[in-house]
Amino acid sequence: MNLATTENASSRNAAAAGASPILRVQDLVVTYYTDLGRARALDGVSFTLEAGMKMGMVGESGSGKSTLALAMMRMIKPPGRIEGGHVWVGGTDLQSLDDEGMRKARLSKIAYIPQGAMNSLNPVTRIGEQMVDAIKSHLSGESRQAINDRCVWALKSVDLDPGVFHMYAHELSGGMKQRVCIAIGILLRPEVIIADEPTSALDVVTQRQVMETIDKVQDELNSAVILIGHDMGLMAQTMDRVAVMYAGRLVEVATVREMFTDPKHPYSQALISSLPTLDNRGQFKGIPGLAPSLLRLPSGCAFHPRCPLASDRSRSEKPKVNVLPGGRLVACHIYDQES
Amino acid sequence: MNFKLIAKRLSFLVLVIWAASTIVFFVPRLSPRNALRERFAELARSGGFAPGDIEKLITNMNQQFGLDKPLLEQYWTYLGNIIRMDFGYSLNRYPATVTDIISQALPWTFFLLLFTTILSFIIGNLLGAISAWPKSPRWLRGIATPFVLLTGVPPVIMGVLLLFFIGFRLKLLPLGGPYSIGIVPNWSWDFAVDVLRHQMLPALALVLGSVGGWVLSMRGMGVTIQGEDYVNFAEHKGLTGGRIFRDYYLRNTLLPQVTGLALALGTLVTSALVVEQLFGLPGLGQVLNNAIRSNDFPVIYGIVLFITIAIAVLMAVLEFIYPLLDPRVRNQ
Amino acid sequence: MTTVTATSPAIADTAMEQPSSLTLFLRYLNRNRGLAVGVVILIGLVLFTVIGLITINPKHAYPLSVATKQPPSLKYPFGTDFFGRNLMAAMVVGMWQTAVIGVVAGGLGTLIGVVLGFTSAYFGGWIDSTIRTICQILTPIPVLLIQVVVAGSLDKRDVTILTMALIVVMLAWMGPTLVIRAQVLTMKERQFVSVAKLSGVGDIAIIFKEILPNLLPFIAAAFVGQVFSAVFASFYLAVLGLGPLREPLLGNIIWAAQLQGAFFNGWWWWPIAPSIGMILILASLALINMGLDELANPRVRKTE
Repeated sequence: MNLATTENASSRNAAAAGASPILRVQDLVVTYYTDLGRARALDGVSFTLEAGMKMGMVGESGSGKSTLALAMMRMIKPPGRIEGGHVWVGGTDLQSLDDEGMRKARLSKIAYIPQGAMNSLNPVTRIGEQMVDAIKSHLSGESRQAINDRCVWALKSVDLDPGVFHMYAHELSGGMKQRVCIAIGILLRPEVIIADEPTSALDVVTQRQVMETIDKVQDELNSAVILIGHDMGLMAQTMDRVAVMYAGRLVEVATVREMFTDPKHPYSQALISSLPTLDNRGQFKGIPGLAPSLLRLPSGCAFHPRCPLASDRSRSEKPKVNVLPGGRLVACHIYDQES
Repeated sequence: MNFKLIAKRLSFLVLVIWAASTIVFFVPRLSPRNALRERFAELARSGGFAPGDIEKLITNMNQQFGLDKPLLEQYWTYLGNIIRMDFGYSLNRYPATVTDIISQALPWTFFLLLFTTILSFIIGNLLGAISAWPKSPRWLRGIATPFVLLTGVPPVIMGVLLLFFIGFRLKLLPLGGPYSIGIVPNWSWDFAVDVLRHQMLPALALVLGSVGGWVLSMRGMGVTIQGEDYVNFAEHKGLTGGRIFRDYYLRNTLLPQVTGLALALGTLVTSALVVEQLFGLPGLGQVLNNAIRSNDFPVIYGIVLFITIAIAVLMAVLEFIYPLLDPRVRNQ
Repeated sequence: MTTVTATSPAIADTAMEQPSSLTLFLRYLNRNRGLAVGVVILIGLVLFTVIGLITINPKHAYPLSVATKQPPSLKYPFGTDFFGRNLMAAMVVGMWQTAVIGVVAGGLGTLIGVVLGFTSAYFGGWIDSTIRTICQILTPIPVLLIQVVVAGSLDKRDVTILTMALIVVMLAWMGPTLVIRAQVLTMKERQFVSVAKLSGVGDIAIIFKEILPNLLPFIAAAFVGQVFSAVFASFYLAVLGLGPLREPLLGNIIWAAQLQGAFFNGWWWWPIAPSIGMILILASLALINMGLDELANPRVRKTE
């Protein structure tokens, strides 16, 4: 369905106008309790996403992208803890579910496609068994024929031969394994799909194929997709929206076009200008300074020690999220008046 | 599993048996001790042989056993005998052959070992897997800890402690021997119960002495496997805890433990030998101990070789079974 | 390409308060309690032996030196045995002898293992395949049984504490050889070794300056493991009556007690003290070995 891509602008406006999005994340806070102290891995992250939209999630390593994904799945393991916030999928607040309810919600409402697809399939059982047990643990009444049809449909949706059903993980290539993971992810037609760096271990050609698969699958299901990754090029080509994370906070959310042509947050600006283009190839413009330790975040805006536009206010006051015209979100004091 | 792989493993098996036989052949011959002379000297002290007779006897025996032939020729004959499982005659109980003696004692050792190994493997691995699983109930995880502490206690010492507390103090079970003194072996229910009562403590010593090792290695394995991506993804898939535990976690942790079982066979058998000796059971352990005490060298070497070959064969069997459990090896 | 520029090593802020290294060490020990307990037991055993050797007449560890078959009392805390040995003195001397066997055999085994493992992994080729094949062939052979053959072939008078250690080490170097070999192989592939090689550093210098220091935790773990196996093996040999029979090795005492039917005759204390002593020795070594493994192997390390 090309609605999603052609109607980007209108759906963006709809979001700004407060139309009901399929995914609403509100003030999500995650803390890790380590020997060295408390690390705030997610610091009040909020955003929304509509059905059929694809959002890319970028940021340095340790900026909280994967933590966000795990927190949405309620899969944060000790010493980490979700300390607040809500994740609404459709009309359900996942945080309010009991453990059994959450187990049922996984895969059926919100699916996660893992980062290390190379190793995400059980090496000693057939792919088919792993698909079947996923279905059976959610739909206990499903007939054998229905289960089988569902598996074949999922495998076909990701352009895999149904014969893969009878194979073992070690008999598949990296790209095929990743597609099996996607196939498992869509088995129950979830409303939200989170893909955590699904292409990181693959070669460029396979990366492209996997992204096309995700695209195709989303068109079929009309789910909201969040893609976590490093590769800005890939994001630019395949996403509708890009969210930038820094030190556990969401600093900017904008459409791909806006983000790449006119980034608003100083960190996004630095990030975009550090990308190589045909004009400036050969020279890398890094971002000065180091990423802060999550154990001891700078006061105020976490980016202020590295920010060329930092003010006294940046140092003392945590910026709130400003909604700019067109529905983009920016967490920076510079834009406080404009909102 | 193709023919080439089978051939490779079988030839490795032959190589191991050859190496063990060669060590057992040459080590005693490098030593200054002369088994026959010592044995007859002992007889002379107790039985009143004249020294001259002994020399004659030794020359006779040497000829009879081919010990006067060149070393290399002896070696070839010896290897041929090993293939036929012929370990020669016992010096002590001549004309009984070593093979006779082994086959009389073997059932005791075999059944004790079979029973205790299976039991401790199952209990130990299950406890280890449960104790490493983060979602196990706390009380269940606690059960594993005392077993881990047992790793430091070899089965023999476990035997001594059991003898002291259960046999000596509480007088619940007999202090040793195959069956009560004064009973004539027969096919009655009472006799069977009596034999079983005598087997309880040795079996318990072996199980308690080896279960901790399984708990510990399984726990280490479990910690590794529970961090694997496929276990994580199984949880993301919304599977129930029980299914993740059984199909994703336990199945994968058990694989290395099967290899571990093959590697542990040697230790398990030697433990059983020493425990048998402690409890005075008429198995291979006691035969070996008697042979050591009476310098019955053919019996010592025979038992050592027999057990080595048995273990090597068992290891090969386990290696052939392994591909049935692990599809990754099957297709190579 | 963003990754290249935007990802910078997350180095802790200088302003950040770092807990002192002592606190961190204590916290580590708290998590790695096994190591702490093992070390405490070992220190206790060492103190027992050292104080014992100073205060007790070692002659009483040998037959016919004190009254026979005395149950534990103030005078003889562990009792005396059928042969008139003071079991307290026997324990002290036996512990000392066990330590000698363990350290000599463990040290030699580790040394052989380190040298062979290094040679095998570093030079590769036919040297590697030879050493590896020999190790693989010898590994399935139950070491104790071969040790039985060797010990049995010796004249009983030749069996001393030292020959005991040598018998034990003779077939116990394969484990450390394979462990060290595997570690050197992975280390050889690491960047810093390649860099050293490219900058023209010689083989010997690379081994001693680059690889060896990084291997130390593994060597330490292998050593403790070897001491454990040596103590275990010598104990089994002694229980089978293949030890130096005159010496009060812990295994020998148990062998003698069993031979004289200690429990049948009611001399229950005879095998108990050496059994508990052996448990403490083996438990402390096992705990330390596991603790060191955790320290050496980041995969199982539980920090952060």
